[in-house]
Amino acid sequence: MIPAQFDYVAPSSVEEAVAALAEHGDEAKVLAGGQSLLPILRMRLNAPSVVIDLGRIAELQGVSEEGDHLVIGAMTTYAALLDSEAVNTHAAVLNKAIHTVADPQIRHRGTIGGALVHADPAGDVGAPALALGAELVIAGPGGSTRTVAAEDFFEDLFTTAVGEGELLTQIRIPKHTGWGAHYEKFVRVSHQWSIVGVAATVRSEGGSIAEARVGLTNMGSTPLRAKAVEVALVGKPATDEAVREAVASVADGTNPPSDLNGDSDYRKHLATVLTRRAVLAAAGA
Amino acid sequence: MTRINVTVDGVSYSDEVEPRTLLVQYLRESLGKTGTVVGCDTSNCGACTVHLDGTSVKSCNVLAVQADGHEVTTIEGLATDGELHPVQQAFHECHALQCGYCTPGMIMQACDVLKHNPDPSEQEIREGLEGNLCRCTGYHNIVKAVQQAAGAMSSQAVSS
Ligand SMILES: Cc1cc2nc3c(=O)[nH]c(=O)nc-3n(C[C@H](O)[C@H](O)[C@H](O)COP(=O)(O)OP(=O)(O)OC[C@H]3O[C@@H](n4cnc5c(N)ncnc54)[C@H](O)[C@@H]3O)c2cc1C
Ligand code: FES
Ligand code: FES
Repeated sequence: MIPAQFDYVAPSSVEEAVAALAEHGDEAKVLAGGQSLLPILRMRLNAPSVVIDLGRIAELQGVSEEGDHLVIGAMTTYAALLDSEAVNTHAAVLNKAIHTVADPQIRHRGTIGGALVHADPAGDVGAPALALGAELVIAGPGGSTRTVAAEDFFEDLFTTAVGEGELLTQIRIPKHTGWGAHYEKFVRVSHQWSIVGVAATVRSEGGSIAEARVGLTNMGSTPLRAKAVEVALVGKPATDEAVREAVASVADGTNPPSDLNGDSDYRKHLATVLTRRAVLAAAGA
Repeated sequence: MTRINVTVDGVSYSDEVEPRTLLVQYLRESLGKTGTVVGCDTSNCGACTVHLDGTSVKSCNVLAVQADGHEVTTIEGLATDGELHPVQQAFHECHALQCGYCTPGMIMQACDVLKHNPDPSEQEIREGLEGNLCRCTGYHNIVKAVQQAAGAMSSQAVSS
């Protein structure tokens, strides 16, 4: 199938894009890499009358460093992030998660901003964004910008803090230089969305875990951060036994979906297994 | 309608298209380049893979207007002067196809894999072709063909 008719605009700055959004209101849809939006338009699950393509806005592209932060433009593709030495060095868990997303062709087009705003609970970049304490910069009408912490960004299934008339412009990530990292994604066949995924990044000191950050994929309507587990891991040796105990309660309070891939209880069990594996791998054990 | 200027397989085109036109539709229906095929409605199968500015994309998941000002290479642009590209030649020699429907996309993606990694392991080839589905071959001979092409291309590179 092909999409319904729409008008196409390709602004060359954030200012123009926000103005176009203001002009067309909820008739408009923003196009980033199109790897989620185009299938939706082709299935006619949505039929905007105007599509605003962010693909020609240079200021939304690329990775830079500002002091102790990485600053990633919303239109930076998965492929560009995988090639980025800065991301690999300072936000390794993001790199590991992106490796597992879809396939090479989709990683060539799909963007980090599109993935975050799309907010599919099975999407793989939400959990590392939470684990790394990312901040999301959102541009609105009249040149206004606001910054939202990742923890406040994901509101519900496919729903984020980005409101009507707004654009996600930047992802700011505190550098986690020297932290070990791992993304453990459980799938039954290759090229599948996460049944459950766990993003873990760990700072080790002499064989023990000094600090840990853990994000969960597909364990509820939004990605989740496992704060109690992060606290329980502090000071623990990176051994199977100690980590197993510290992560045992990781699924407490989560409400994962039941579907053909597994029911909710199965996902809760899976989360404890995958968290242990992810933390041990991140700790280099 | 929106005017686009694209180079496809080395030839420049300037056309009016509806913004909703998919790149694959433009290639097939406007330019008659039916070598690139559509195998699914969900962007899963990879049969439609082409190169956009030298990197592989699923042309069913790109709008023709997004290709404005860019360069596209399809399976029809791989051979030079009637001589098959080494990846095409290897698919032929290794029997890497049965019905052949996945083949244009498989070959375009295999070229992308070899561009980034001229000497891939079997595992790397399988991962690189993750977004290309074949319902006939079981992939075995496809992987073999990519390995053979890698060998042929590296010895070509040495001799030239
Ligand atoms: C076959 C297939 C397999 C996939 N497998 C996986 C997988 O395993 N894991 C995974 O995580 N993902 C997977 N994906 C989804 C992929 O990651 C998408 O690329 C990503 O979700 C969307 O990014 P995009 O840049 O393509 O955004 P688009 O599709 O262009 O946009 C997505 C949504 O976000 C909005 N939007 C985009 N950018 C902005 C912005 N800057 N500001 C405001 N709104 C914006 C759009 O309006 C749209 O609603 C898969 C997709 C396909 C087709
Ligand atoms: S036709 Fe494009 S991925 Fe199947
Ligand atoms: S040869 Fe028939 S689908 Fe691959």
